[in-house]
Amino acid sequence: MATIELEAASVAAPGADGDTVILEPTTLRLTEQRIGLIGANGSGKSTLVRLVNGLVTPTSGRVLVDGLDVARDGAAVRRRVGFCFTDPAAQLVMPTCVEDVELSLRRSVRDAGERHRQALAVLDRFGLGAQATLSVHSLSGGQRQLLALAGVLATDPSILVADEPTTLLDLANTRRVTETLFTLPQQLVVVTHDLDLARRCDRVLVVEDARVRFDGPAEAAVADYLSTVPL
Amino acid sequence: MNPSYLFGVYQPGTSPLHRAWIGAKVGGLAAFSLSVVLVRSVEAAFVFLAIAVLAAAVARIDLGLLLRSLRPALVAAVIFAGIQWLLYGPAKATETLVDLVALALAAIVVSSTSPVNAMLDSFIRWITPLRHVGVDPERVALTIGLAIQALPGTVALAVETRDAARARGVRHPRAFLTPFVIRVVARAQETGDALHARGIGDD
Repeated sequence: MATIELEAASVAAPGADGDTVILEPTTLRLTEQRIGLIGANGSGKSTLVRLVNGLVTPTSGRVLVDGLDVARDGAAVRRRVGFCFTDPAAQLVMPTCVEDVELSLRRSVRDAGERHRQALAVLDRFGLGAQATLSVHSLSGGQRQLLALAGVLATDPSILVADEPTTLLDLANTRRVTETLFTLPQQLVVVTHDLDLARRCDRVLVVEDARVRFDGPAEAAVADYLSTVPL
Repeated sequence: MNPSYLFGVYQPGTSPLHRAWIGAKVGGLAAFSLSVVLVRSVEAAFVFLAIAVLAAAVARIDLGLLLRSLRPALVAAVIFAGIQWLLYGPAKATETLVDLVALALAAIVVSSTSPVNAMLDSFIRWITPLRHVGVDPERVALTIGLAIQALPGTVALAVETRDAARARGVRHPRAFLTPFVIRVVARAQETGDALHARGIGDD
């Protein structure tokens, strides 16, 4: 498994009345295969996982992925870390399914024919072979999320970060996407409000008020989180 | 396939236009567009429209899909033609309306018979010599591809925003335009984040 390290990493946003702390200085070493993050909206979960891919750079401290500094070696880190967003519509940037996967492969496969063949194979793997030439806008929510995953995983990253990947999905699609995520060989870092999904993780962080409030086994983390939620 | 989103979406096929060299199609579209802009007469406008319709027929694009995907462009063309009518009279308005429809139709024909990635590859080949003066061909090509793709996505946002305004019983244009602009900007930022996360533009 890859190693993700946060060394007193903090994030703050400048404002008219001084800096707003989005993530307090946080030190973590993540080596488990399935890592979950749970917590209230606005608690800092998304900011924490965005540090891993370099979408957000720390205001202070360091974030390392397999020893690579996210702020200094951003391109190399992004080759290792795939990122899946809550809303796949924002992530799908090409008109058709196969073209979107091909876009991901542009950096690694120069030959257009080979790129097309590999993209079709990736779509087949995610059960989207029949939709290859359809508009990305014609897909169901679940299919779009699977396509977004396919686009990210086409380049075979060693870590997948997924920020609330099932929040916009119905029950059937939530199950489908969850099963896909949990059968991947990649290290998975997933932000979720789905406590059943969180319970399947090897390690769960509870994030509250810009800091990690609890860090431990899934059941204990979920119990801790539930204890903070008012009835 | 949602017909509203034909704009910018490749439709697989075997027509002569599908098989044509992409350079010829894009070059032809550029020459066609230039001619439409430069040649100023109502008669010429109808000739250009006839050429675009002929191209659509050769490409064997489904007529129903074509008409529905033309609808957003038609709405814009009618608005512009209305302004022209007020300023310059009916002849100019007719020319503007027919010109814009012909241009939209020609663009749909090219985008629906050419995979975007193939177009990107062609753009990259054409502008690679400009690398010597600091131009990044991959980035320029990606920008063009994103512009093509942004059309259906923006239409979808417009439809959603209009429906939301209707659902609230609000008819004032500001109730549509303000959230629409905010959503388009937000989507642009999200798309930028997504591209960044996929490492596109890193190399």
